[in-house]
Amino acid sequence: MADLRDLYHDVILEHSKRPRNFRALEGANCSAEGFNPLCGDHFTVFLQVGDGKIRDISFQGSGCAISKASASMMTQALKGKSTEEAEAFFQKFHDVVTGKNESDDLGKLAAFAGVSEFPVRVKCATLAWHALRAALQGEQQAVSTE
Amino acid sequence: MKLAELYTHPGDVQAQFWRTDFPILKTRVHGKPLVYLDNAATTQKPLAVIEAESKYYCNYNANVHRGVHSLSQLATEAYEGARVKVQQLLNAASPSEIIFVRGTTEAINLVAQSYGRGRLQAGDEIILSQMEHHSNIVPWQMLCQQTGARLRIIPVDDSGELQLEVFAKLLNEHTRLVAVTHVSNALGTINPVQAIIALAHAHKVPVLLDGAQAVAHLPVDVQQLDCDFYAFSAHKLYGPTGVGVLYGKEALLDAMPPYQGGGDMISSVTFEKTIYNHLPHKFEAGTPHVSGAIGLGAAIEYLNAVGIAPIAAHEHRVLAYGTERLQSVPGLRLIGTAKDKAGVLSFVLEGIHPHDIGTILDQEGIAIRTGHHCAQPLMQRFGIPATARASLGLYNTVEEIDALVTGLHKVQEVFA
Repeated sequence: MADLRDLYHDVILEHSKRPRNFRALEGANCSAEGFNPLCGDHFTVFLQVGDGKIRDISFQGSGCAISKASASMMTQALKGKSTEEAEAFFQKFHDVVTGKNESDDLGKLAAFAGVSEFPVRVKCATLAWHALRAALQGEQQAVSTE
Repeated sequence: MKLAELYTHPGDVQAQFWRTDFPILKTRVHGKPLVYLDNAATTQKPLAVIEAESKYYCNYNANVHRGVHSLSQLATEAYEGARVKVQQLLNAASPSEIIFVRGTTEAINLVAQSYGRGRLQAGDEIILSQMEHHSNIVPWQMLCQQTGARLRIIPVDDSGELQLEVFAKLLNEHTRLVAVTHVSNALGTINPVQAIIALAHAHKVPVLLDGAQAVAHLPVDVQQLDCDFYAFSAHKLYGPTGVGVLYGKEALLDAMPPYQGGGDMISSVTFEKTIYNHLPHKFEAGTPHVSGAIGLGAAIEYLNAVGIAPIAAHEHRVLAYGTERLQSVPGLRLIGTAKDKAGVLSFVLEGIHPHDIGTILDQEGIAIRTGHHCAQPLMQRFGIPATARASLGLYNTVEEIDALVTGLHKVQEVFA
């Protein structure tokens, strides 16, 4: 049986209570919304991208502890990264939360490995990341996890 | 309520007895006994329903209405017998007023398209309420797009009751239909449908009631209500998924064109002209969900044997107990505190998202629903994205409410 503490790591709970970069971003040049119609979670990810680099990143919205902490830690992990690095990070993170692969260079985001034991929560963990990818690809329509 | 700890209420003894009729209630989830509190989503099935479907497939599976062979006759008798059981459950005037459909959703879509599309035009109005399930909103929006009609909405007050005085003002010479839920799936509010129907009929406006959350919890008499349409799903009434019922007054159904074309709904077909079958077959194109209808019939027989009045009394007591116990949980806010409620405890916990509550309770074997309950306009009304919802069935006990409260304390420990 999966242990709840595998899902609700201290670092995840801490970020869900005090999310970082939780604001609209002035000077953002791309943004995208992500919806999870299953539970009503809704986030907007804001990016300021220049010379192929994520110069600044923030998010706003409402959702469960997993989705909010994931968004918060994503903004910390990706600030200053190139858009290619961000895309590669998304892939690695996705593989870890879906249990496809392990990874030892996710940093704090490794705390989300426990999500793979709770398949219905994978969408929560990846919601902001899908919005990030949509923003980087300049998609106009809100992305949905469904 | 300390009394519950001192002695066992006869209602709980009764419920323990009813529980043995439901095989799934012996299931363990994550090593814990299943506490199933998601009955508004779907109810569990008594053995009598499972066996009725199984017997049909084992002993007399055949298509209905067209075979001269014995099995087809047996299947037709059972299928039409189920229709009579539904008629009696709702106290409809005739079995031909009972249309088998896929569920409440299809029933409402049928009325929107078959009743509404040919009648409504630009400037006409349809009145819904703010507490409707998406299935009683979207079919009407689609109809509005097709006809140019528009929706008017009865607001909900802070306790989760409909504001009838506003409804009275919304009714006017443009109103063509009123479609409201009998019992709210997200709040548990039992709406004053008798008064709603009387007001609408005073303006000669027909009323559709969404009975999905009502039929398993309270007696429904469509003739006494004088409603024009009534829709419900078998699976929320301890019956199978994939089958439901549209009741309609015969004169209305007779005047409506078919919803779908196909086999079984015709009297004769030539390439020049098709004559439609009479009611109820006019609305049942194609091979119906025979086993589902038979299962629904068995579910109604089961309900009749247990008695809807004892079920309502028991659920009401568990609901009152649950309301009191939940309010003792720090930071918990009940959403939906109407005077007249059935079967639903919807709530939010301060600082903890419903989705997280659901996952942690699941680890304790407790099944609740979390989210917007397909009632997003209602969530917007209360300014919340989602709620956690415990919803009751006849087999739930006060001990299960205790388990829920213990589980909620565990949720708060995780987030402490």
